[in-house]
Amino acid sequence: MTTELSVRVEDKLFQNRYLVDAGRAHIKVRPHDVPTPALRSLLTACPARCYELNDKGQVEISADGCVECGTCRIIGEPTGDIEWNYPRGGYGVLFKFG
Amino acid sequence: MIEERFDAIVIGAGMAGNAAALTLAQRGLKVLQLERGEYSGSKNVQGAILYSEMLEKLIPDFRDDAPLERHLVEQRFWMMDDHSHVGLHYRSDDFNEERPNRYTIIRAQFDKWFSKKVQEAGALVVCETTVTELVQDAYGKVIGVRTDRPGGQVHADVVVLAEGVTGLLGARAHLRKIPQPDNVALAVKEMHFLPRETIEARFNLKGDEGTVIEAVGTISRGMTGMGFIYANKECVSLGIGCLVSDFQKSGESPYQLIERFKRHPSVAPLIEGSEVKEYSAHLIPEGGYKAIPQLFGDGWVVVGDAAQLNNAVHREGSNLAMTSGRIAAEAIFQVKSRRDPMTKENLSLYKTMLDQSFVMKDLKKYKDMPTLLHTQSQNFFLTYPQLVSKAMQNFVRVDGTPKVEKEKRTLKSFVSARSWTGLFGDAFRFARAWR
Repeated sequence: MTTELSVRVEDKLFQNRYLVDAGRAHIKVRPHDVPTPALRSLLTACPARCYELNDKGQVEISADGCVECGTCRIIGEPTGDIEWNYPRGGYGVLFKFG
Repeated sequence: MIEERFDAIVIGAGMAGNAAALTLAQRGLKVLQLERGEYSGSKNVQGAILYSEMLEKLIPDFRDDAPLERHLVEQRFWMMDDHSHVGLHYRSDDFNEERPNRYTIIRAQFDKWFSKKVQEAGALVVCETTVTELVQDAYGKVIGVRTDRPGGQVHADVVVLAEGVTGLLGARAHLRKIPQPDNVALAVKEMHFLPRETIEARFNLKGDEGTVIEAVGTISRGMTGMGFIYANKECVSLGIGCLVSDFQKSGESPYQLIERFKRHPSVAPLIEGSEVKEYSAHLIPEGGYKAIPQLFGDGWVVVGDAAQLNNAVHREGSNLAMTSGRIAAEAIFQVKSRRDPMTKENLSLYKTMLDQSFVMKDLKKYKDMPTLLHTQSQNFFLTYPQLVSKAMQNFVRVDGTPKVEKEKRTLKSFVSARSWTGLFGDAFRFARAWR
């Protein structure tokens, strides 16, 4: 069973409530030409698919749909690939059920 | 931000933080609790099962008004391959007792209630405030915290770090390291809403009875992981979690994984026609006893997930969090009562008390389990479930093959997949890690 399912994570994230801190991303990707293996792994490991490749082959983040699980921090902070913070107090994802 | 000085600052309003803040406030200490979410619980995610014994120690009459979902009368374990599952199913009417032992809960709602109890006990709870840094004196003693509020520095005799598995502050202050990818699992979860009667019919339940299903097998695609399905009153919590290191290696996507789990022929009928109202993700500490960091120091203690206190074998986490929070608070109270300073030496009482509790005793018992399961994931989560499923099908399908031949075929499938040495080795290693 290796077939890829057509799942749009955007449809899943659409159910969630967020208070986006516009212009203040809480996660930053270190500028790079070629992504490291750790950084590349975030393309698939992030459960909200916040990480995507741009047309130059670099990894970019758009943290608006971030569910604040910390997976990218565990992978990318020790390698220096990303800078990870919590959103400012009150901002970010707001779980109704959790 | 706040000019006053506190006896204790508790960072985080999850199970560990609430238990610590409540216990400290109940004993008359001046407590400030800081939470970055809009309300206590708004950042917290769990399956979730609540064990009443540990909550009773904090709030004996919690059943009167806590938002509980269903008390569990049944537990199912599933071993799955792509089309089937072999199950162990335990159900007992003994669990329909006056003071039930386990409940399903919805964390955001439960934590809000828990937080109200903390406030009623006299603690000052401030939400929408992210703590950015621990304040240390010239000797490294923690003397307070800095927040993202203007002029946001507050001082206290002791800081309780209940910041959860991804806790930044302890790591930033070099009090502990951030967890390794093979010591944490990433779990994703969806909340599936269905009419109450539909849930009761599909899960064979009456009234407030509940059931949980824990599942391993090909659903985790060879990664160390587990799926779960918990029945709540009007919704089903469904999720799956695997080690972060395995996600890294395999390139699997968490949302593809949960989607596949949902579409499995054994799972799909349980949630058919449901409305999904939330998709969440959270890390779970899985390193066990060997991953527990330094738990106390000058002016600080660490509790709950931030201290890796989770029993992965028994799926117990929030009760260990609650218990460690309570014990830390009791230790702090004892030091305070003696009018002693909150030094590393005096706060070691927390560790001594925790060692005597079930928390450390249980984690010590399973100290070798994480390594075994993490290094043998292909066997335990892929090969064996497939072999067992095939053996079961072979056993129940009647097709004129003599039973002797059937048994030979089953045995041969095990031996050719794992070899005799492999089979005995796995059994031996498992038994030793369990002991």
